[in-house]
Amino acid sequence: MNEMLGKIKESALAKIAEAVDADALNEIKVAVLGKKGELTQVLKSMKDVAPEDRPKVGQMVNDARAVIEDTLSKKLAEIARAARSARLVRETVDVTKPGTRKLLGHRHPNQIALEDLERVFIGMGYEVVSGPEVEYDKYNFELLNIPANHPAKDEQDTFYIQRGATTEEDILLRTQTSSVQARIMLDAVNPEKERTLPIRVISPGRVFRADEVDATHSPSFHQVEGLVIDKNITMADLKGTLAQFAKEFFGPNTKTKFRPHHFPFTEPSAEVDITCFKCGGKGCGVCKGSGWIEILGCGMVHPNVLSMCGIDPEEYSGFAFGIGLERITLLKYEIDDMRLLYENDERFLSQF
Amino acid sequence: MNTPISWIKAYVPELAVDLANGSSDEKEAAVKSYVDAMTLSGSHAEGYVLKNRNIDKVVVGQIKQIAPHPDADKLVVCQVDVGDKTIQIVTGAPNVKEGDMVPTVLDGGCVPFRHTKENRYEAVAGGNKIKGGALRGVDSFGMMCSIAELVADYSLFKDEDRNADPEAGVYIFPADAGVKPGDDCAATLHLNDAVVEYEITSNRVDCFSMIGMARETAVTFRKPFVEPVIEVKGNGGDVNDYASVEVIDQDLCKRYCARVVTDIKLAPSPMWMQERLRSQGIRPINNLVDITNYVMEEYGQPMHAFDLDTVAGHKIVVRRAKDGDTFTTLDGIERKLDSEVLMICDGEKEIGIAGIMGGANSMVTDNIKNLLFEAACFDGTNIRLSSRRLDMPTDAATKFTKGLDPELALTAINRACQLIEELGCGKVVDGVIDCYPNPVERRVLPFAPEKMNALLGTDVAEDEMLDIFKRLELEYDEKDRTLTIPTFRQDLVSVADLAEEVARFFGYDNIPVTLPGSQTVGKLSATDMTAAVIREVAEANGFSGAMGYSFESPKAFDKLCIPEGDVLRNAVSISNPLGEDFSIMRTTTLNGMMTWLSTNFNRRNKKASLYEIANIYLPKELPLKELPTEQLTLTLGTYGMGDFFDLKGVVEELFDRLGIVKGITYQPSAAYPYLHPGRTAEIVKGKLSIGYIGQVHPEVCDNYDIKTDCYVAVLNVDTLTMLSRNDRKYESLSKFPAVTRDIQLTIGEMPTIKADGDSYKLSGTYLGDIEAKIVKQGSGILESATLVDEFENRVVYHLVYRSPKETLEAAKVNAVVKDTLLALEKMGIDVSRAWSEELYGPK
Repeated sequence: MNEMLGKIKESALAKIAEAVDADALNEIKVAVLGKKGELTQVLKSMKDVAPEDRPKVGQMVNDARAVIEDTLSKKLAEIARAARSARLVRETVDVTKPGTRKLLGHRHPNQIALEDLERVFIGMGYEVVSGPEVEYDKYNFELLNIPANHPAKDEQDTFYIQRGATTEEDILLRTQTSSVQARIMLDAVNPEKERTLPIRVISPGRVFRADEVDATHSPSFHQVEGLVIDKNITMADLKGTLAQFAKEFFGPNTKTKFRPHHFPFTEPSAEVDITCFKCGGKGCGVCKGSGWIEILGCGMVHPNVLSMCGIDPEEYSGFAFGIGLERITLLKYEIDDMRLLYENDERFLSQF
Repeated sequence: MNTPISWIKAYVPELAVDLANGSSDEKEAAVKSYVDAMTLSGSHAEGYVLKNRNIDKVVVGQIKQIAPHPDADKLVVCQVDVGDKTIQIVTGAPNVKEGDMVPTVLDGGCVPFRHTKENRYEAVAGGNKIKGGALRGVDSFGMMCSIAELVADYSLFKDEDRNADPEAGVYIFPADAGVKPGDDCAATLHLNDAVVEYEITSNRVDCFSMIGMARETAVTFRKPFVEPVIEVKGNGGDVNDYASVEVIDQDLCKRYCARVVTDIKLAPSPMWMQERLRSQGIRPINNLVDITNYVMEEYGQPMHAFDLDTVAGHKIVVRRAKDGDTFTTLDGIERKLDSEVLMICDGEKEIGIAGIMGGANSMVTDNIKNLLFEAACFDGTNIRLSSRRLDMPTDAATKFTKGLDPELALTAINRACQLIEELGCGKVVDGVIDCYPNPVERRVLPFAPEKMNALLGTDVAEDEMLDIFKRLELEYDEKDRTLTIPTFRQDLVSVADLAEEVARFFGYDNIPVTLPGSQTVGKLSATDMTAAVIREVAEANGFSGAMGYSFESPKAFDKLCIPEGDVLRNAVSISNPLGEDFSIMRTTTLNGMMTWLSTNFNRRNKKASLYEIANIYLPKELPLKELPTEQLTLTLGTYGMGDFFDLKGVVEELFDRLGIVKGITYQPSAAYPYLHPGRTAEIVKGKLSIGYIGQVHPEVCDNYDIKTDCYVAVLNVDTLTMLSRNDRKYESLSKFPAVTRDIQLTIGEMPTIKADGDSYKLSGTYLGDIEAKIVKQGSGILESATLVDEFENRVVYHLVYRSPKETLEAAKVNAVVKDTLLALEKMGIDVSRAWSEELYGPK
């Protein structure tokens, strides 16, 4: 009996050693340990064994079974390991090859600049508003302290649609987003409108001036207007606001310089230069060697403008500013020809 | 506005800007600090030219002896006295004569410009350095130079003797220049100077003059302003015996001053005056013309000189022209006048267009004996409009346009007469004719220091403010606490204006930096948020943002095959466009999109996918009675990136992302003339049209020179905003199993179009209708119906049924599928391949 068990075991272990895959091992398992397997047959023949020997034989069978099962499972693990290893070898790729990309589209650089700018002002409590591009003289000029025949009208070569019965009813393409100022102020004092004082808005949008197309001019471009009206607004607030904007938008080391200027709808007025974001103020090609770049015009809202828009200048004051968006885009991305912004060549757009 | 610092110093003698000594870099630094200070006080310098930059060791030399060159016919050997010694210089200049005084560059010296082989003059970086050496074997220790090697604007030096013409050779000082050998040439030619170019804002008409800029300089640097003392000695007589003036149209002529000068003697004006005129780009002519121009630059007051002997009746009449009048101006051009043009006339005829240009019939000639000077204050707006109508933007008109101070007229005419006397140009008759019916009054404003500080956010002391106003020549009345504004500051009309003056000279830099106090909420508009979602979806699907113009050519309608009479052709047009290409406000975005796709296609870009979010302009009626509707429009356009369904997929993703989930239908349409009649759908929700999607008509592609298929989708962004929902609610996930059925349908006639004259008719059965029917028959348990296969006219739909409440019984699902199939059959669909008698029983 012992001898027979020994043979079964030896034979099974030899077959296991020779097996090369999981299927072969399974066959061995069935052949040896299965219901009709050799070892099982031994147990079935226990009835021929003397009762006093049965525990001993049973023990011997179980020992043989344990050895075979253990060897089987070890071999199985070994084969699985080998198979996995073979798979890893087979599946090796050159990871330095470029990735497969889904072709995402690109945002227009002007839009990127606008969104950066909006983010800064929204963070400072500004609501983003808009106004019509085809506009009445009244909002584009009259209410901004630029009456009929004012010389400032000559400086902004205006596209006209049609003349009205009076100058303020003339319809034109707005020359400045400042036109939205008057609309917002009039809304704020109109009890039928939702808007109320104080006002803190920016208004981005398209404006038009009769400039021939060239590398630095376009008859249509974008501005971002800002307007704040409240009690006790000062020029110091204007300086602080724009200095903060410049730091957020152009970088924390950006310095601002306020130069006196003139706009009919603000008094006092200023133009603002920032330290060149390319060279930091040392002087380079971007800033034409001066270290400074002009980025916007601003000022305290003219008392006449407040009055005309129904706001008492004795009680309220405010400031306004206007930023040329394309100018900032061109400077920021060092684009040397404005026409590229309007051509929409994929090779250009895909750089942003 | 160009201002030479030397001219400013004539009125601000204490101004310390040294341009005569030191290196070029030191001089440059001196100009720069001047310019920066002026810019910060409100006179924005756009640039400057340091005239003696790179001029070194250039002295006056006198040619003592000229000998032929032994080896060269075109060269001569000169002995030149340069003050402390005589040096030998070899020159090729053809115009040298013994005794001439010429600018001479000594050995090791430098001039700014170089004569090129192409006979031009160009600036040399770091200067054109002159070294001694041998010229064809003869030693030469320097160079005699032409005016073009010293100054940039040499053409202004040209005179009749051609001594100052670089083509004639070296510059020869005029006999009366008063120079001697060894004099510093930069000084004698008035080149120790810098010209600063200012951008003058429209409110500061007073700054369009040297006097005005000198005042600004004086206040900025806290130096005294020394105004010229104007004294006319006079030669007796009474101007009223010589001439008379009548102003008929007083509304256009606030003031008219006239003086008479007799015994005119024309001669060149002195060097200093010539140089100052050159600095303004004005070529000196003779003393009389030069004085007129000089006073215009000095005070900003245009003047006019008439030959008194040509003035009929010695009478000046100021009145409007008559419609249809013609008049020949002194440049010989005949001008057409109208009744809004103000004219200067004599006793019989028109002799000048007021404030714009004199007439040929009264112009000053070399034979002039007696002269009538005019200095007037014409209405700025009238001059501006007239000069524009006549297309005559003359220097004089430009000055009047800003609206001059009427007080200036008398000052200027007296200044001119003073110069006439000083230059020995004639005899000034005593008295001034001065028509000035309503003298301008000086404005009085309250002195309100608290208000000014409140506006500026500053704490400037009263005394400091008063000091600034004093320097600005405002008179303070301590008792009334008022400020009286000088007439030349017409821009100061309110406390805010005065606050700006305080800020300018207190220093914008010194105003503190604070932030507004109150709290407000920052936000985007609903439209902006829709646009943001559109950008995300479009870009995720490979579309890049595009930007274009709002105006275009009316020819766009033809290129887009839009028929005559189509409502899209009712466009708002610009009355003064830059040209036809920019003349109408677009009513469709397609011309822009097709133009950009064409640009990409013709630049050999393999694919282009662009989106644009911008307005179209739709008039309610023309001419406009109200502003046109500005409709924010999304346009997607693509070629080379797939087919109709790829683009439709992007649109579907967009609706999904905007929360517009249900009820969108794509209605086949052959009605868009610019789109493929068989590949176009109108996008509709309920009865509301949102836009359209389609392949661009091949004829339109041809018109834009695109030789591939293009697809576009155009959607109304305002409608999208209205329909979009971001209030999504969670629906619980059903725990119960789904029952699925695949049904194969056979369609009788696939969608097609049939030509019907010039248009097309739609025909066939659309899957959209089949799907709508399946959904309608879903009995609340249809979860989804997905097209999974199509072959020729057979399609397979995968239907998923599930209940949120229970496990569906097969019988219930079978009943629903059966009704669905029967409903489809009623539409003319062959459902026999989907019909199972086992499940649905016999038909």
